[in-house]
Amino acid sequence: MERAIEAEVARLLDIFREAGAERFDPPVLQPADVLLDLYGEDIRARAFVTHDDTDELMLRPDFTVPLVQAHMARARNPARYAYAGPVWRRQPPGSMRAREYLQAGFEVFDATDPAAADAEVFALIADSVAGARLHPTTGDIGLLIAAIDGIDTTAPRRAALRRHLWRPERFERLLRLYSSGETRKPELVSLNAEQIAGQIVAAGPALGLRTPEDVASRIERLAEDARTPPIARADVDLIEALLAIRAPCEAALRQLRDLACAGTPLADAVDRFAARLDALAARGIDIATLPFQGAFGRTTLEYYDGFVFGFLSEGRDLPMVASGGRYDALTRALGGGAGVPAVGGIIRPEMLVTLRGAAGC
Amino acid sequence: MLKLGVPSKGRLQAQTFEWFSAHGITLELSGAGREYAGRVLGLSGVELVLLSAGEIPREMAAGRIHMGVTGQDLVAERLAPGAVSQVAELGFGHADLVVAVPNFWIDVDTMDDLDAAAAAFRARHGHRLRVATKYHALTRAFFRKHGVADYQLVDSQGATEGTVKYETAEAIADITSSGDTLRANHLRILSDGVILRSQATLFAATAAPWSEDEMTVLTTMRQALNLPETAGAPWR
Repeated sequence: MERAIEAEVARLLDIFREAGAERFDPPVLQPADVLLDLYGEDIRARAFVTHDDTDELMLRPDFTVPLVQAHMARARNPARYAYAGPVWRRQPPGSMRAREYLQAGFEVFDATDPAAADAEVFALIADSVAGARLHPTTGDIGLLIAAIDGIDTTAPRRAALRRHLWRPERFERLLRLYSSGETRKPELVSLNAEQIAGQIVAAGPALGLRTPEDVASRIERLAEDARTPPIARADVDLIEALLAIRAPCEAALRQLRDLACAGTPLADAVDRFAARLDALAARGIDIATLPFQGAFGRTTLEYYDGFVFGFLSEGRDLPMVASGGRYDALTRALGGGAGVPAVGGIIRPEMLVTLRGAAGC
Repeated sequence: MLKLGVPSKGRLQAQTFEWFSAHGITLELSGAGREYAGRVLGLSGVELVLLSAGEIPREMAAGRIHMGVTGQDLVAERLAPGAVSQVAELGFGHADLVVAVPNFWIDVDTMDDLDAAAAAFRARHGHRLRVATKYHALTRAFFRKHGVADYQLVDSQGATEGTVKYETAEAIADITSSGDTLRANHLRILSDGVILRSQATLFAATAAPWSEDEMTVLTTMRQALNLPETAGAPWR
């Protein structure tokens, strides 16, 4: 088994090298502050955390963040990278899922043709896992973001919805709130600035870094929000319709064309979706059968913001054998505002070897 | 011998002894002065193990003691579901784990408000809103359930109510019984900010090596304590 896994890792790295990738090999221990700032507190529940005398460190939960940092620091585009090695993830008590497992990955930083780069990564990962009887699924977080951007409402409401896209329950609650016309904190939003300042002082001493100005400015925003008309039913329906799509890619494109009005951000995102399908077809992928789900990729760590894909094994409650997607926003976050369009995917070699063994090939 | 872990000192120990005594089981310290040794009268086959209250959950999880008295808060924070089963709530040591913010935050009354405040705070101050606690797992799960983003936990093992004043945190998640310390520090509990209501509880450890004799002792103890026959049957 050990040797079969070693051979599989070597095979994958060969495939990635032939596709033009240079090898990337980051340290196991990664500074926690970067990961924390990016993912928030949830990463502490999902990664193994340790300390030295001064810093909090994490056993790398993935390769993508150190890779993006290294790439952004050297700023040479385009570039293709390959990596392979163990990652560590905490699992809930009683879970049978692995805490330590191998990932082999391929990542592309290339601004010239994002649709072609999406298709290149998907086709390479699909070829690499062929023979293990896996089921691919695709999605597009970019469509959801575009639909939110197209809602006829205020910028803060759109920002709040985008922020919670990855937390479905909270997102639904916000969408319901914004479409209800309900006024939050009516007793506060009816006050003038002087009255608000007076109430803040009367409520207690100003302690901590969040200041009375922070409090007053949130009440001001609540007052603005109270004057905002509710989000139209049609906008809510559009988002719900997008999330509900489950169809092969080609059929999904027809549904998306029906949903998107010309000139909206969503129409542009649908054009990008169509260009990706053309690029996938040019790589020999059958887009008439490749599954698409509107909500796919929505509950993973929040860094994918475009094309997303996963390969699942049949009929078993196992983690995805391979997965990936586009993460342009992550490169902006780690590049201090300057980003590079980036897309990549990982394979779990241990699962692949086990499944191939079970499939008798 | 059934090993029963009880707090090695303090009010929690006194109340534990009183509770057993009221049910005809006498726990008492033996030996002189400060020696940590004790015995059980009125129920044979039980060995008293005096432990720091905070260590009782771990000793149960490891199966080194069969039963123990400790807070539900510590068990929920530190142990996997199913590691212990509850035999009886003892009716003292009441404490709530709550999320509290400064009184003057008149715009923040719910967890959803806290989330909105955290987003604006991060945009304006350049770092995530910090929540001081020693209950990391429970607080993180609660914030996750409420869909709060843009916050960060900072560890505080004591005097957590002071962290906001000393600017090491903006809000806290801490244990309170009467709320007096919170009020004295100008903090207020969010209306939906109760993470857990806890009290001192007698638990049985799933991982302990339960022999026939020890099961019999538990059955006898249940009868003495007027508990249902099924209360805390760790071996199922």
